[in-house]
Amino acid sequence: MNYLKYHPFIWLGQLGAKYFSLVWAGLARKKLRSALTLLSIVIAFLLFGLLQGVDSAFSRGVEGAHLDRLVVQGKVSMTDQLPLADRTQIASVPGVTSVTYASWFGGYYQDPKNSIFSFPVEASTYFELFPEIVLPSDQLEALVKTRTGAIIGRKLAEKYGWKVGDAIPVKSTIWTKQDGTSDWSFQVVGIFEVPGDSGQEQRLFFNNDYFDEARSLDKGMVGWYSVQIDDPAHAAAISSAIDLLFANSDHETKTVTEKEFQQSFLKQMGDINFIVSSIIGAVFFALLFLTGNTMMQSVRERIPEFAILKTLGYSDHTVLSLVVAEGLVLALTAAALGLAGSAAAFPLLQDVVGVPHLPPAVIGLGLFYAVLLALVTALLPGLRVARLNIVNALGGR
Amino acid sequence: MTKAISLTDVVKRYRRGRETVEVLHGLNLDIDEGEFVAIMGPSGSGKSTLLNLIGGLDRPDAGVVTVAEQRIDRMSGGELTRWRAGHVGFVFQFYNLMPALNAAANVELPLLLLPLSRAERRARVAAALKIVGLQDRARHKPSELSGGQQQRVAIARALVSDPPVLVCDEPTGDLDRQTANEILDLLRALSQRHGKTVVMVTHDQKAADVASRQLHVDKGQLTDMARAA
Repeated sequence: MNYLKYHPFIWLGQLGAKYFSLVWAGLARKKLRSALTLLSIVIAFLLFGLLQGVDSAFSRGVEGAHLDRLVVQGKVSMTDQLPLADRTQIASVPGVTSVTYASWFGGYYQDPKNSIFSFPVEASTYFELFPEIVLPSDQLEALVKTRTGAIIGRKLAEKYGWKVGDAIPVKSTIWTKQDGTSDWSFQVVGIFEVPGDSGQEQRLFFNNDYFDEARSLDKGMVGWYSVQIDDPAHAAAISSAIDLLFANSDHETKTVTEKEFQQSFLKQMGDINFIVSSIIGAVFFALLFLTGNTMMQSVRERIPEFAILKTLGYSDHTVLSLVVAEGLVLALTAAALGLAGSAAAFPLLQDVVGVPHLPPAVIGLGLFYAVLLALVTALLPGLRVARLNIVNALGGR
Repeated sequence: MTKAISLTDVVKRYRRGRETVEVLHGLNLDIDEGEFVAIMGPSGSGKSTLLNLIGGLDRPDAGVVTVAEQRIDRMSGGELTRWRAGHVGFVFQFYNLMPALNAAANVELPLLLLPLSRAERRARVAAALKIVGLQDRARHKPSELSGGQQQRVAIARALVSDPPVLVCDEPTGDLDRQTANEILDLLRALSQRHGKTVVMVTHDQKAADVASRQLHVDKGQLTDMARAA
């Protein structure tokens, strides 16, 4: 006995194959209308894939934030500088295992649109706190020893063709040197990788000593402190203890988790998630009406055909399922095409987004929305044909 | 002869606005297996209502309706739907074919509800199309067929699941005389050679003359009957 044929998926497949001609007949009845509806859904899902993909790429850094790291920043604004002298006091707080610091450099290469995420850091401690940055030990040593040395991410190196030994000119939108210029020069001494998050390989790190000596303002200050703690469960208590240290001082602090810090950092560029959600929401809202109206019109025109099906013995559930299946075929086909389009576009946007592939979660979410769209738009017309009175429908009433 | 259809004291009322109109008033009717019965009568006389009751598309308000040895007046909507799939074939004046499906796919529609393999369905469709003489038009869509051919496809669809009863509502109403005669000959052949019980509503006396029995409905009552010699 062939038990395989009783497998639910095979049974569903056979059922689908059996009724597919009928479902297809409904869609093929007005080819132009179906094609235009399909196209509008394809475009909506193409947009969804691109925007949601970009949003996911931005969120990845936040999601990957370490729970055992805190960030100490200025209380009023994250752009407020903090004295380097605070470091010793922060390190003395119970539960703090190590402290390092960094600043926002605001660098770019040749043209302001070629921005580079660049940070002056204390090389000897910074990379101990951030083990996800993988750098050969000899290159780290070279960075510590070379005053104007810098290490760059693999993606950044590939983007500009930079290699170890190159001298690279970087301008800063924030920091001028004592000579009045904002032209900084670094020697590439290493190339690092961040396995699993190539978006982080667009960064540049260089020595804070060189930065602090050469800059014209804010000497002896840093942008923020990164703090390693012994237990993520102690994060709130340690944050309070650190902030208490500097309460009522000239440089009050606000200590947050790394995740909160990255979220507020992203919000400085605009609330990407809100913008993306708003655009996608508006698009899907319009799509809901467009597709719903098309489905309603299509079903209304075929009332006599559905009446015939019911006359032949098709149950209320079967005709309802046929209408929903039409919606599903239309929405899922269009969503698959739209998402495939955005997936194809993603490698081209890698330099902008920093992620080479459309995240699978976005594809899954897109297909879920497609199913939701089909159900919402097909359910009303489907229920209408399910409740159809055959005698009235055949009599044109 | 076994009765294929039996109606006893059947009453049917409809609501029109606030009014309730009684369309059939205690109607009694017996039709034998294999009979070809024509039902005639003026518009609004109740003949379509009678046909709907026989075909299980509607239920009476009172009385008993038995078709193919099953009492259908007590069946629920779902039961009637299942019953129709196996016991009655329908032919309509305007063919009512699916325009996007070809002839074979249209004929196959009732078979999709039955537990048949694809090969079995194909075989049955081919046989039904052969009976109506359209085996060479299987891949044609309705728009590529004449009115008579479309009605043949509709008849093939009606008989493909081998129901004992065929219910035909003005099957020649949209056809020219010659084509109408061909369709009527086909219906008579189905009755005489294949043992189908055919109940046909028509306004056309010439069409009714082909039937083995004529019934006249007027004001919800059977007024007279004529049986062919």
